[in-house]
Amino acid sequence: MTDTLTIRPAARGAQRDGSVKRRHRSITLTVITALALIYSLLPVVWLLISSTKTQEGLFSSFGLWFSGDFALFGNIADTFAYQDGIFARWLLNTFLYVVVGAGGATLLNALAGYGLAKFNFRGRAAVFAVVLGGVAVPPTALAVPTFLMFAKMGLTDTPWAIIIPALVCPFGLYLMWTYATDAVPDEILESARVDGAGEFKIFFSLATPLLAPGLVTVLLFNTVVTWNNFFLPLIMLKDPDLYPLTLGLYSWAEQASTVGGDVVYNLVITGSLLTIVPLIAAFLLLQRYWQSGLAAGSVKQ
Amino acid sequence: MMITRRRALLGAALSITLLAAGCGGSDDSDSGGAAAETTVSEADVQAALDAGGAIKVWAWEPTLKQVVADFQKKYPKVKVELVNSGTGNDAYTALQNAITAGTGVPDVAQIEYYALPQYALAKNLTDLNTFGASGLDGTFTPGTWNSVHAGEAVYGLPMDSGPMALFYNKEVFDKHGIAVPATWQEYAAAAEKLHAADPKAYITSDSGDAGFTTSMIWQAGGKPYTVDGTNVGVNFSDPGTQKFTGLWQPLIDKKLLNPVPGWSDGWYQGLADGTIASLVIGAWMPANLESGVKAGNGKWRVAPMPQWEAGGKATSENGGSSIAIPEKAANKTLAYAFLKYATVDEGAATRAANGAFPATTKELGSTEFLGKEFPYFGGQKVNEVLAASAGQVVPGWSYLPFQVYANSIYGDTVGKAYLGQGTLQDGLKSWQDASVKYGQEQGFTVK
Repeated sequence: MTDTLTIRPAARGAQRDGSVKRRHRSITLTVITALALIYSLLPVVWLLISSTKTQEGLFSSFGLWFSGDFALFGNIADTFAYQDGIFARWLLNTFLYVVVGAGGATLLNALAGYGLAKFNFRGRAAVFAVVLGGVAVPPTALAVPTFLMFAKMGLTDTPWAIIIPALVCPFGLYLMWTYATDAVPDEILESARVDGAGEFKIFFSLATPLLAPGLVTVLLFNTVVTWNNFFLPLIMLKDPDLYPLTLGLYSWAEQASTVGGDVVYNLVITGSLLTIVPLIAAFLLLQRYWQSGLAAGSVKQ
Repeated sequence: MMITRRRALLGAALSITLLAAGCGGSDDSDSGGAAAETTVSEADVQAALDAGGAIKVWAWEPTLKQVVADFQKKYPKVKVELVNSGTGNDAYTALQNAITAGTGVPDVAQIEYYALPQYALAKNLTDLNTFGASGLDGTFTPGTWNSVHAGEAVYGLPMDSGPMALFYNKEVFDKHGIAVPATWQEYAAAAEKLHAADPKAYITSDSGDAGFTTSMIWQAGGKPYTVDGTNVGVNFSDPGTQKFTGLWQPLIDKKLLNPVPGWSDGWYQGLADGTIASLVIGAWMPANLESGVKAGNGKWRVAPMPQWEAGGKATSENGGSSIAIPEKAANKTLAYAFLKYATVDEGAATRAANGAFPATTKELGSTEFLGKEFPYFGGQKVNEVLAASAGQVVPGWSYLPFQVYANSIYGDTVGKAYLGQGTLQDGLKSWQDASVKYGQEQGFTVK
């Protein structure tokens, strides 16, 4: 975030030969940023290095350096082949949960956030209070009651048990609400109404492009939450064919503490690496929209 | 990270267990008493197999996969869905959830011996006397057969067993000139000698494990738990318990135990690189060593569990599971057919052949089983040692009817002693107090 905030002033002062930029440099800040960078990258580095090791190599070599044999490709092949290739199934499941769950949540967040921001109606303050309250309740605390409710409805051990809770995201709604308040000027909406456009047309053709940066932020947020969701699937799902990656990898890791279980730490590690690759890709692809969104908001005020 | 996540899960598992136990604890006054009448005959079971149907089995035991395949081949009209609902606590959470919700309850569930009384007393399981299970007396080892009983009622069939033995890394022992300890005194001396010779090496690892502690007390002749229906006693000041703490406390004080938590990646690493030189553990361990500690191939051996008195022959059980039929199961007759196939008939042999340690006297006595040479253990006939241990289990042990909960708070009470906060005996006292308090809250008469 700090990166994005410096982009604009720097761009504005570009013709002044970057002198502005230099003045902003501080050794303390650079050191702190470097530490933060190491802190966040070290686990990824460990994961990358460890995924090149065999099960035996993991135990016989230093964690942050390579062991003799380079087994990354063998590990990847084994990960996809282990237990009749169930890893690919988990990957597809996760995609399904993310596309339907996180995608649906983002759509609902946008519709509701826009509606709450741009329409005045009785009880709006009450809705605001409920949404804020919803942000405060951790999803983990709701998992068990949700399970009991879903069990009564016969929804446990089905994909709906993951998708329906994923559709509800009070934080995304709150974010879209505040974003829509600033990003969509009332004047545009009024002129569109005067021109005779319907409310849905206004939302999809006028508001949505203005909301795009906020949408990307919420979409990324929902994607990460759904992609990493662990506790809810753990409670809801029994059938390994429905597992998302998180739960699948956990079940592989748990084999190590099972009597007679097959110990496959190397596949758990390689699987974890494969699991974070799509998330990293999503961030790299979408960060452009994201940054411009944050910056646009800051300049507007 | 691993630990915190486990803890979080445990917390959640507990909250559900509490909830469910609260529902079940009130209505039973005569639990664990008389046997149910036999209402389903063997012919009825056979007829159900011929008619066919579908059952759902929740189990994490890997060898059941082959058993299910064989069973379906033998009875083509029966469809068995084998679901791994998690290991241990995860599985109990899932089972308790399903029972509480009243839907999605499996027809067959794997339940460890220590957890069985909890489900039995809450009337969550079917008394197998309905199917004439008492006729199986003598089929299983006395220890495991006793573990599935509550009074006359039979709440599960023993699937495997874990009589304890000493697994040790011969290479490490030889390197430092350590003789295989036959008594606990020799064991303590070996622990000191090994750690002095190589400060990185430890005789074993223990960061506080409820199952290990209770098994050790069991072997020492302690009976801290007494259960008679809903009258329960917890007492960790008996001589057996004091024998164990008298041995283990000095090992903790002198820092002779590797503090790495069992079953973690660090534990496997220690077993592989020789810094954990031995384990006193259940007879199911060979399969885990072979798959998880490949670097130890050829180096490990098995010896009888160290004794309290020279020349003694006393062992105890560590772990092991039964398979049971939940009270709310939809197809109990087929479920029982599967239970019997998997634990008594062909399934028992199949599982023993695939590396599980059997609970049936027939498999334990078979020459093929006893004569099997394990390359991992340098060609040693490991099963001879383990089967001998199975016959020496000290009788009369019982677990609490809320042992799953009790074990889950072990770390918060006795676990502190491993960190140097108080002694084991202090920790056991607070474990006892917490267990008594919980039992009373659940409606038990606890002394």
